[in-house]
Amino acid sequence: MEIARHWRGRAARYRLEGQRNRTSGAVRFPPQPTALGEDTDAWEPVALSGRGEIYSFSVLRQVPDGYEGMAPYPVAMVRLVEGPLVTAQLTDCAEGDLSIGLPVEMVTRKLVDTGEDGVLVYGYKFRPVVS
Amino acid sequence: MTNVYIIGAGATPVAEHYGRSLADLASEAVRAAFAQVPGLNAKRVGAVYVANALGEVMASQSQLGAYLATAVGLAGVPALRIEAAGASGGAALHQAAQTVASGSCDVAVVLGAEKVTDRLDGALEAALALATDAEAEGIHGITLTAQWALLMRRYLFEHGYAPEVFAPFPVNAHANAAKNPQALYRFGISADKYRKAGQIASPLNMLDCSSVADGAAALIIASERIARELSGPLVRLAGTAIGSDITALAARPDPLDLAASRASAHVALGRAHLGIGDVQVLELSDPHGITAALALESIGFYERGAAPRHAADGAIAPSGRTPLATAGGYKARGDIAGASGVYQVVELVRQLKGVAGPTQVPGARVALAQCLGGVGVTAATSVLVSEDL
Repeated sequence: MEIARHWRGRAARYRLEGQRNRTSGAVRFPPQPTALGEDTDAWEPVALSGRGEIYSFSVLRQVPDGYEGMAPYPVAMVRLVEGPLVTAQLTDCAEGDLSIGLPVEMVTRKLVDTGEDGVLVYGYKFRPVVS
Repeated sequence: MTNVYIIGAGATPVAEHYGRSLADLASEAVRAAFAQVPGLNAKRVGAVYVANALGEVMASQSQLGAYLATAVGLAGVPALRIEAAGASGGAALHQAAQTVASGSCDVAVVLGAEKVTDRLDGALEAALALATDAEAEGIHGITLTAQWALLMRRYLFEHGYAPEVFAPFPVNAHANAAKNPQALYRFGISADKYRKAGQIASPLNMLDCSSVADGAAALIIASERIARELSGPLVRLAGTAIGSDITALAARPDPLDLAASRASAHVALGRAHLGIGDVQVLELSDPHGITAALALESIGFYERGAAPRHAADGAIAPSGRTPLATAGGYKARGDIAGASGVYQVVELVRQLKGVAGPTQVPGARVALAQCLGGVGVTAATSVLVSEDL
């Protein structure tokens, strides 16, 4: 089930909400707890634009239980325009469309179906920018 | 503090052991290790460290310290299971070395054991993927193989290589495994076959991906006092160290730099009062060529981008400058998940005793083993030195 687990992550999952350091302006994603030695308000929430480019990608053919219905599927590390790297699936594209440096944008899609008694988990994926 | 020695080492073949349980495999490995020290009374064992990564999910058993200590005939001995994904074996050895060095016992057993073939591949991929950051990576269907594939593609891009630049790693591993009766895949492969192999997680193909299989390996760790009661050459565990890194690969400042690999290697070598130039034979996590290459570069054996070229020039063969995977490595001996780090040291003990057969590195006296948990999230390094007495 894990309903509370997926609910807790909703800001990052649905809005791509990361954190900005109030002093340095550094941006990070996903959000992290307060580290030792930091003030509890050192980082503030910031919604990221969802735009970036492919840092690297792979198309998976051997996949974990729960993901077999989607296989084969492309995954990527995406360098967001705000700086952080994000790992996610790519969607709305064929393997031949993909290359390092390709501009992509965030969309909200189903990540996994956890079964009859579970939840449909939604969250961010990335697709080539529709120009 | 006392010097610490490895006085016994043994393992089962790596295979799909459908007819054998985790307990059966553990028993065989421990008996094989004790067969090397017939004069040692098992009652002297004061600690057991079990290395296992996937027991709950793949073997339906937890509390593996006491469970496997009992199975091998060491019931009642203090026993703990150490879990650090693929680094479990090296981490367990580190714990055993510290326990013996502290003087709290004279003899400790390190037992790596993994049973993965009772469930199907999808369950195995899911179990292995638990070593990723579940929220940042795992929920997206990312596997460990996918993470190495992402690093491989980026590496090829940054250095201007084609995928077959990594062929020398599995070709070397298979050539060595063909001579190891305990290996999972006892046959050679060629660079041509590598180029034609089907994709698993592009650009990683089938001949550049290890298979996870069943097996157990055991080491007997002893204080100097016990070791000196024995005859013959000794293998001293000269330094061990653990490194850790940010779990989420994308959150690291430089994903192609395995910081934990470098840190643990340098601390372990420092504790041994040795440098990387002293290492004559090594075992690294090498489920894929990219994994071995990044470790070789992160530790400092080669400049960034240079490891595949050196591998192609023979540097990782038994006669090379950095002999690697002399028993077949993860790719061809087989990947035994949390037990792999113990298998690594079993092979290096053979090398340092000069009994490694056709893949013997001539005159090897200093060896380094490093196993990684996940994409270098945890790294455990051990430095071994042979001593003539």
